[in-house]
Amino acid sequence: MSDFREEEKLGKAYDSHLTRRLVGYMKPYKAQVWFALFLTLVVTPLEILPPYLFAIALDSYIIPVTNGKLTFAVGMTKLLWVTLIYLATLLFSFAVQYVQIRVMQNVGQKTMYDMRTQIFARLQALPMSFYDKSPVGRLVTRVTTDVDALNDLFASGIVAMINDAFLLVSFVGVLLWLNWRLALATLSVLPLILVATWLFRNKARDGNRRIRTSLARINAFLNENVSGMAVVQLFRREKKAQSEFANLNRVYMEAYKDVIFAFALFYPAVEFLSTLAIALVFWFGGVRVLVGALQIGVIVAFMQYAQRFFRPIQDLSDKFNILQSAMAASERIFKLLDEPIPASAAAGTRFMEKPLGEIEFRNVWFAYHGGENPKEEEWILRDVSFRVPPGQTAAIVGHTGAGKTTVVQLLLRFYDIQRGQILLDGIDIREFDVQHLRKQFGIVLQDPFLFTGTLESNVKLGTEGITRAQVESALREVGLGPLLQSLSRGVETEITERGATLSVGQRQLVSFARALAHNPRFLILDEATSSVDTKTEEMIREALDRLLHGRTAVVIAHRLSTIQHAASILVFHKGKLREKGSHQELLAERGIYYRLYQLQYKDQELRAGIPPEIAGATAAETLPAND
Amino acid sequence: MSAAAQAVSTVRPAAKRPAAAKNLRALWPYLAQYKGSLALGMLMNAGLGITGVLAPILTGAIIDTLKNEPAPMAKLGHIGQVTLGPLLKYYHPGGRQTLTIFCLALVLAIAVKGVFSYWNRWILIGISRDIEYDLRNDLLTALLRQEPEFYVRNRTGEIMSRCTNDLNNVRMVLGPGIMYSATTFVTMILSVVLMVALSPRLSVWVLLPVPVVAVVVWYFGQVIHKLYEKIQASLATLSAKAQENLAGVRVIRAYAQEKAEQAGFDAPNREYVTRNLKLISTWSMFMPALTTLFGMTFLLVLWQGGRLVMIGTISVGELVAFYYFMVLLIFPMVALGFVTNIFQRGAASMGRINYILDAQPKISDAEARPLNGAEIRGQIEMRHLSFTYPTPRNAVGAEAQTAASNGQDGAPNAPVLRDINLKIPAGSTLAIVGPTGSGKSTLAILIARMWEAPEGSLLIDGRPIREWPIATLRGAIGFVPQDPFLFSETLGENIALGEETMVPEKVSAAAVIASIDAEIRDFPQKYETMVGERGITLSGGQKQRTTLARAILKNPKILILDDALSSVDTDTEEKILRGLKDVTRGRTTILVSHRCSTVRHADEIIVLREGVIVERGTHDELILQNGYYYDLYQKQLLEEELARE
Repeated sequence: MSDFREEEKLGKAYDSHLTRRLVGYMKPYKAQVWFALFLTLVVTPLEILPPYLFAIALDSYIIPVTNGKLTFAVGMTKLLWVTLIYLATLLFSFAVQYVQIRVMQNVGQKTMYDMRTQIFARLQALPMSFYDKSPVGRLVTRVTTDVDALNDLFASGIVAMINDAFLLVSFVGVLLWLNWRLALATLSVLPLILVATWLFRNKARDGNRRIRTSLARINAFLNENVSGMAVVQLFRREKKAQSEFANLNRVYMEAYKDVIFAFALFYPAVEFLSTLAIALVFWFGGVRVLVGALQIGVIVAFMQYAQRFFRPIQDLSDKFNILQSAMAASERIFKLLDEPIPASAAAGTRFMEKPLGEIEFRNVWFAYHGGENPKEEEWILRDVSFRVPPGQTAAIVGHTGAGKTTVVQLLLRFYDIQRGQILLDGIDIREFDVQHLRKQFGIVLQDPFLFTGTLESNVKLGTEGITRAQVESALREVGLGPLLQSLSRGVETEITERGATLSVGQRQLVSFARALAHNPRFLILDEATSSVDTKTEEMIREALDRLLHGRTAVVIAHRLSTIQHAASILVFHKGKLREKGSHQELLAERGIYYRLYQLQYKDQELRAGIPPEIAGATAAETLPAND
Repeated sequence: MSAAAQAVSTVRPAAKRPAAAKNLRALWPYLAQYKGSLALGMLMNAGLGITGVLAPILTGAIIDTLKNEPAPMAKLGHIGQVTLGPLLKYYHPGGRQTLTIFCLALVLAIAVKGVFSYWNRWILIGISRDIEYDLRNDLLTALLRQEPEFYVRNRTGEIMSRCTNDLNNVRMVLGPGIMYSATTFVTMILSVVLMVALSPRLSVWVLLPVPVVAVVVWYFGQVIHKLYEKIQASLATLSAKAQENLAGVRVIRAYAQEKAEQAGFDAPNREYVTRNLKLISTWSMFMPALTTLFGMTFLLVLWQGGRLVMIGTISVGELVAFYYFMVLLIFPMVALGFVTNIFQRGAASMGRINYILDAQPKISDAEARPLNGAEIRGQIEMRHLSFTYPTPRNAVGAEAQTAASNGQDGAPNAPVLRDINLKIPAGSTLAIVGPTGSGKSTLAILIARMWEAPEGSLLIDGRPIREWPIATLRGAIGFVPQDPFLFSETLGENIALGEETMVPEKVSAAAVIASIDAEIRDFPQKYETMVGERGITLSGGQKQRTTLARAILKNPKILILDDALSSVDTDTEEKILRGLKDVTRGRTTILVSHRCSTVRHADEIIVLREGVIVERGTHDELILQNGYYYDLYQKQLLEEELARE
């Protein structure tokens, strides 16, 4: 639904560039496609045969028997033969059609599979900045809805169109061969049918487009009003909503009525034209029958052909719509596939043999926007320099918007910096292979992201070489041992979407276990600000100690305990590193840290809801308010 | 394929199918509105059927004259005389004039049939769209009357699916369902009568495949529908997988899991393909099977009919007429099975739609007393008010659904508010502070009666809240919720949300007070700027100020700001509050906030904790209490200092 604007613009039905690229996807299945096309050659005669058999039976056997030119016994035997051939045709046609549909649908599905795999792989490779500007919902539709729109094209579109075109040509050929006068009589209505179809298609397409857009609007309106129902009711907007909705609804209904009108006119028109063809055949043919120049069976065969003639024409016009939406979908898909991956992202090739674990920022300047030379106000980090020695923990503190999270993202090389250097063990991180670089880090995000799967799959993720024992011990180490024991299925316990079945604290601990199991040299931790009960708080603190032990860590700290235990504290304010030092040193400075610390203290108290008397006491102690 | 597959099987997430055709009874009143058109449509349908069977008869007669038969379609006897009527006297065996006249008659018959066919479709399918329109409007009306609790119990996605997929299934009943039933009925009866008249024996032979076709269509329709549902489920899994991957992109990159994710995507991708292939194997059987069955009927006409011609029971013309009748019967054969499925699915869907149409909100005007000119002045009183949410409030997704429907909510909900006693004089300002989840918002929303406070515990102007008509009550309240909700319309329309007509001066005056006017005027289209997906994206603060302007414009007796300025910086907030002061004069104002700056000038401030009032008083009094409020105040001072750094 989010896509309805894009759906609205249905462009041309054929674009040679797009088509060539699409056909490229069928290459691996060339053999099947050729086979299906070959079957077209087989199936067409089978469709043409039955009326001809009718003619033969009538003219050569049935009518001669009534005229006494053939004995009943002979006639009946011959008729049986024709019937058997008819039957064989039907059965054979059944088999061929079955095989053909199956083969092509198979190809369609496999192509779709390939395409989805390719899109998904591309999404894995695109830089983080791409995700900043693309809404997730829209990207998902590329993998799902858009690819499905192409399925119609691959599975039935291409081959069916060739089928129909071939059938049409063959019809014309057979008619001419049977009797050119009657053929011309039949074909004389063809231009009229083409005109009718063309008029109808335009009318219906226009109506269908309006139906699609108005339906999208109706759904968007409904969705919005259901989500915002409280506001609607609070502001007594019900009447207005009703009349607005009725308007949208009316547009939709009227668009549909236009389509109904088109259909209501089109079906009878086509029936009339094909009957007109039949009448012409009867008249022209009849006159010749009466003078003995033509046999009745041929006329009956022509009647049957005229009744079948129209289907492929209509089919072809249907296929036109499929083509159109396939082109629009493929355009969107190719746009995503062509999204550039910056060369720099893949440039590094270096590997860390045995990382010591030193992190250094050297005069780092960074901005998310503005390219190489951002405007002054766009800088997020300004001339930041610091060093974390191996095995130590640096706590980053700062007010909202200070640039804390950015530091973390840069370390993982989600973005490249404009100026300065970020070094691990003295080597610029741009020299490392990106994947290898990231493997050195364990990361815990503020909002612990859990995936649908099991407890185990969430700890292990897709990393090979992490055994179940390691998963279990990691979970125990972060204090989830009791939980694990209480679960009948242990680490195989299902985790639903986003870990909804676990508490906030448990989710945090699972993400700790995840980091622990990967046993990284470096650790990045964005502490959760969400409040948890005291017991969980204690568990988290203990788990954190284990996690930090022996690792070089950068922690965006929100908890007083973490801050106090960090070897050094980096105080960020408005993009600059303003103060650094130990807790005591910084407190003594009475600068930004001093106030931040108090603020954090307050925050924690207010959130945790510490009973007033205690909170009051601490505040009084530490706070000479406006000194 | 899929277009056709959808025709046989419209998308519906798996649901229990109650064998309740009685669900469809709810459609009677809707149909009754169009009974005139319906009758006319049926008349057209009859005309369509009668003119339709003329073609085979005339064709037969034409062949008969070519074959020098003494009389056309002799076997039809009396029926033939009636149908061919005046044409009979122009019939001469082997006559050229006969040929011309009958050919013209054939063209004329089809032309008349075309007129009937046009009106038939236009009227009968048209009605289904009219009723769809009525039903959809009624669905919205029903939704608009439901209280928040309904929306806690029923997820938006589920409601949407009823308003789209289910409505479509019902529309199929009203349109193709009724029309195809009618045409099938008429065509079948007429054709069969005529065919039996021509030759009972041959009729038995050629009608043999009819029930088979109907059953095959019905059966495959069922199977395909089920497979289709499975495919939809699998597609949902696939989307969820992609969705999760994209949402968790940072974790995935940080742990260098791209390869593993690709492998993980492969499984649902493959599963989706597998299920599609399963449908395909059915589908690729179904279509050719149908074609073959139709072929069989023609084969039977040729074989058995040929035999009858040879022994002289019927004429060649009559054989050809038989053939033509079978052409006419192809569609009705398919329709028999098709329509059964339409009705089955429609009945189930109608049940789901009735669920919405029949839902009765508990919060209603049942206890409302006539106003007799009374107006709300804005005095609010709470007497020993305790409140517990009836349904699990934060439970999201399937669990909430099943829990709610099974009536076993697990642990009963804890009370959100306990024994609240408050008297807010008309025109005064009450501020509510407290930690997250302490019940602040609940207290505020109860005043607008979005949820029902226990009887007698909440009074407006000394009168129990239930005795005020809801429209009057809500008309007197300007509520600014925590999450600003803007509609996809212009900024001006969003601000004038509660107004009958939009007065631009009033809109901008409200916007000035909410401190958003200047920013709106900076947009190229000013107040005409569209919001949302088809327009601009506003920042959190801008959204909040827009919704504030909305409430101000309403000029309410009671103004409630539920943490409505949390994303607005303190300076702007100051400005807004100063501006509000003039506006709030004479109004009862309730301010829910996390900030001292917002609440400090309130006449009374209460601190809520776990649903209980733990502190109350003016700013100065509370500072002296050295409690929660005092801490909040200190925090604010620090923030201000930091901002100055």
